[in-house]
Amino acid sequence: MSTQQNPGHGDEVVAHEGSAPATHFENPGLPPHRPRQADVNPAAAKRAERQIVILFAISIIGTIGTVVAWSLVPPGDTPSSMRLSNFLIGFGLFLSLMGIGTAAVHWAKTLMNDHEKVEMRHPQRSSDETRAGAVEVLKEGAADSGIGRRGVLKGAAVTSLALFPLAIAVPLIGDVGGSWDVSKLKHTIWRKGVKLTTDPAGRPIKAADVTIGSVFHVIPENLEEVDAHERLNEKAKAVVLLVRLDPKDLKEAEDRKGWSYDGIVAYSKICTHVGCPVALYEQQTHHLLCPCHQSTFDVADGAKVVFGPAKRPLPQLPIEVDDEGYLVAQSDFHEPVGPSFWERLK
Amino acid sequence: MSTTTPSRGARAASGTADYLDQRTGIGTAVKGFARKIFPDHWSFLLGEIALYSFIVLLISGVFLTMFFVPSMGETHYEGPWAAMQGVEMSQAFASTLRLSFEVRGGLLMRQIHHWAALLFMASIVTHMMRVFFTGAFRKPREVNWLVGFVLLVLGLAAGFSGYSLPDDVLSGNGLRITDGVVKAIPIIGSYMSFFLFGGEFPGTDIIPRLFTVHILLVPGLILALIGLHLLFVVLHKHTQYPGPGRTDKNVVGYPLFPVYTAKAGGFFFVVFGVIALMAATMTINPVWNYGPYDPSPVSAGAQPDWYMLFLEGALRLMPGQTEYVIGGYTLSLNVLIPAMVVPGILFTAIAAYPFIEAAVTKDKREHHVLDRPRNAPFRTAFGVAFLTAFVVLALAGSNDLIATQFRMSINDITWAFRVLLFVGPAFAFWVTKRICLSLQRKDRELVLHGHETGRIVRFAHGEYIEVHKPLDEYEQWLLVSYDSPRPLEIEPAEDSRGVRRKGYRKDRLKQRVSRIFFEDRVEPVTPAELAAAHSHGEHDTIAPAPEHDQITSEVGSGPASETDTETRNR
Repeated sequence: MSTQQNPGHGDEVVAHEGSAPATHFENPGLPPHRPRQADVNPAAAKRAERQIVILFAISIIGTIGTVVAWSLVPPGDTPSSMRLSNFLIGFGLFLSLMGIGTAAVHWAKTLMNDHEKVEMRHPQRSSDETRAGAVEVLKEGAADSGIGRRGVLKGAAVTSLALFPLAIAVPLIGDVGGSWDVSKLKHTIWRKGVKLTTDPAGRPIKAADVTIGSVFHVIPENLEEVDAHERLNEKAKAVVLLVRLDPKDLKEAEDRKGWSYDGIVAYSKICTHVGCPVALYEQQTHHLLCPCHQSTFDVADGAKVVFGPAKRPLPQLPIEVDDEGYLVAQSDFHEPVGPSFWERLK
Repeated sequence: MSTTTPSRGARAASGTADYLDQRTGIGTAVKGFARKIFPDHWSFLLGEIALYSFIVLLISGVFLTMFFVPSMGETHYEGPWAAMQGVEMSQAFASTLRLSFEVRGGLLMRQIHHWAALLFMASIVTHMMRVFFTGAFRKPREVNWLVGFVLLVLGLAAGFSGYSLPDDVLSGNGLRITDGVVKAIPIIGSYMSFFLFGGEFPGTDIIPRLFTVHILLVPGLILALIGLHLLFVVLHKHTQYPGPGRTDKNVVGYPLFPVYTAKAGGFFFVVFGVIALMAATMTINPVWNYGPYDPSPVSAGAQPDWYMLFLEGALRLMPGQTEYVIGGYTLSLNVLIPAMVVPGILFTAIAAYPFIEAAVTKDKREHHVLDRPRNAPFRTAFGVAFLTAFVVLALAGSNDLIATQFRMSINDITWAFRVLLFVGPAFAFWVTKRICLSLQRKDRELVLHGHETGRIVRFAHGEYIEVHKPLDEYEQWLLVSYDSPRPLEIEPAEDSRGVRRKGYRKDRLKQRVSRIFFEDRVEPVTPAELAAAHSHGEHDTIAPAPEHDQITSEVGSGPASETDTETRNR
C-alpha cells in the first residue's frame, strides 16, 4: 500500500499530542462507515433483493411440502415408513422456517441501513432528589398506617401472615408421602419357602437346572399375588440374581455357611450405591458390575465391593431346596436392600 | 384536506393505532423502543438461541400435551409397533408410543422437543460463558446474572422432569438413581423419598407429579424470569465490545426496528429451522427400543442428557469407602459428596463469582464496555479451570463408553479421572493465564511496533530493517483501551515508631486475595511509551533490543523497560 511508511522516518501515529504525552489514549470515535456492495452498486442491490425473494419462495414451497407430506405419507406401521414420514414432514418444516429466517437476515444485512447509531446511557442510580422523594413517600405511608405506634397490631399482622401457609402446607405434606411408613424400605416379600422364579416369566427354578457359571434373573413366586399398583414397588426391592459357582471357588463367611446350596448363591440385584439393577455378570472373575456407576461386587466372596462408589456388599438371600428340588428362600433378606438410608440399621 | 389522500391501508393502520393509543398510551412505548439501539456481535446470539429454543419448546410442548397421558395406570400395548405388541406398560409409555407412531408429525414434535431442550441448555451454558469471560456480569448487571443463574437451574429442572415422563426403562433408572441420592440425605432421606414418590419407589404418583412440574411450575417460572431477564437488558441497555467510539456512557449499534426486528426475528426461524432439521434426520431417545420401565432390566452404556452428565460422573468417581455408620445411623458420604456437595460448590461458585470479584476489585463503576478475555487473566483462567472440572466430570459420566470405545480398563479410566479432576483445573488455570498474558504482550508489541510487512529496506550505510506498518488509531484503540488493576497496596505492619498497626492482618489477607487476582499483569501501552518507541525508530544504530519476556515479573513497576525494545533486524 502506498501509505506505508518507514517507521524510521515515519510520522507520529498519535499526532494530536502536546509536548508531554498523556497517560491514556483518546478514544478516536467511530471509524468511517464502509459502504456495502448494495449501497453503491444498484445491480448488487437488485441481486440481493432477488435472492431474498427466492428465499421467501423456498419457505412457501416448504410449507406446502409439509402439508402434502402430512396428507400423503402417513407413518404406516413399519420402521421405514415411520422414518420416511418423519423425515418428509420435518424437512418441509425446515425449509418453511429456514427460508423465512435466512431471507429476513439477508435483507437486514444487505439492504437495510447499516449506519451505526449512538445512544447515550444514563446511570442506573436515581438522582438524590428522587431518592429523597422515595424515602419521603415511604415515611408518609408508614405514618398514615400508624404501624410505628401500634406494636401489638404489627405483631398480630406478622404472626398471622407467617402462620397462614401452614393451612395449605399441613394437608399437603400430610398426604403427599402416601402412608409415610418408611419401615417398608426394610422388608421385601421374600418369605420362608417362597420359590425363586425366573424374571419375567415366573417359572420356578430347579437347582439341577442351574449349571456352573450360569446366571438367573429372579423374582419371588408370590410377586404375582401382590396388588397391581404395589407390584412394581415390591419388584423394585425383591429382584435377585442367582449364580452357581464351583463350590471350591466360593468363600463363605462362617455365619452364612447354610445360605447357599451346592455353590448356588442368591444376591439382591439392587445396587447398594444408589439402587440401579446390578445386571452385568462376568463369569471369569465372578464379578458383578453395576452398569450405572460401575460398582463391582465379587460374587465368590460375599458380593463384597472390589471397585467403585458402593460401600456395602449386596445383601444375600438365604436359599435352600424344597422336596421337589426347587430353589426356595429360607427367609427375607437379613438387612434392608438397596441404597443406604439414615436409619437402615435401626 | 391534504392534497394526497392516504390509502385505505394507511387509514386503517392509523385508525387502529389511534384506537389503541387512546386506551393504552402505547405511543410512548413505541416511540421509546422502536428505534432503541442494540450493539451487534455474534456472541450476543447465544442468549437469543436460548430464548428461541425455549419458544420452540413451548410450541412443541403444547403439541405433545394434546396426546400424552401422564398416568402410571397399567395397560397392554396394541398398536403398530410390533416389538411392543401386548407388552404390559404404563399409559404414559403407551401414549408416548402412540404419539410417536400414530400421530402424524408426532414423532417429529417429540424429537423437536428433545433436541430443543438439549439446545436450550447448551445455549444457556455458552451464553453464561460469554457473559462470564467478557465480564458482562459486572455492575450494574450482578442481579441479572443471578436471574440467569436461576434460569440455568430451572432449565436443569425442566430437562430432568421432562426426561422422565415417557416412563421408559432408561428414564426409570434415572429416577431410581434420584431416589437413591435422596435417600442418602441424613435424617430425612427416606421421608424425602416418600415425599417425591408418594410412598415407595416407584409408586404410581411420580409421573403425574413430574408432569405438573414439567408443564406448569417450571415453565411458568422460566417464563416469568425470562421476562425479568429481558426487562433488565432494556433497563441497563446491552453491553458492547470495546472498540473505537464505544464508551461506558454510550451504546453503539443498530435500531430495533427495522434491523433487529429482521435479524432477531429471522434468527428465530433459523434456530427453529435447524432444530426441525435435526429432528427430521437424527433420532433422539428412541424409547420404543428401550421398553417400559421395569425395576429389573438395565442396559449398559446408558447416558443421561448431556447437562446431567457431570452429576453422573461425580457419582461414578467417588470412592465407596466414604460411607460411615455413626451410632447406628448410616451417613453415605459416597453419595452425598458427589450428588450434593460437588454440585453445591459448582453452583455456588457460579452464583457468587460477580460478588467475589467486585469485593476484590472494589470497583464501584458501572461497566458497559466488555472486557476482552485476555485483559482479565485471572477471571479467564478461573473460568477455564471451572469448565475443565465440569468437562472432566462429564467425561467421567461416560467412562463406560470410553472404556468400550477405546478398549481400556474402566478402573484405570476412573482412576485417571479421579486424578484429573484435581490436576486438570489447576493445569488449565496456569496455562490459560499464561496464554492471556502472552496475548496481552503481543498486543503491546503490535501497538508499539505495528504490523510486520515483510518489506526489507536497506539504507545507504548498509543497515537493513524490516518496515513495520503502524496501526491506525481505530485498531490501536482496541488494544490500548483496557484497565489493568494493580494488586492492593497496604500500609506496613508497624508505623514509624515501631507500633503494630490495628487491622494489619485483615489488610494483609485482602492484599493476598488481591494478589491472586492481579499479581501477574501487563499494562496497556501509554502514549508516552508509543512516542518513545517511535523515537527509537530513528535509523541511527542503537543497541540490540533486550528480550520481551520480563514484563510480568516486574509487578507494578510498569512496563517502562518494554519501551526501549525495538524489534528490528540489524
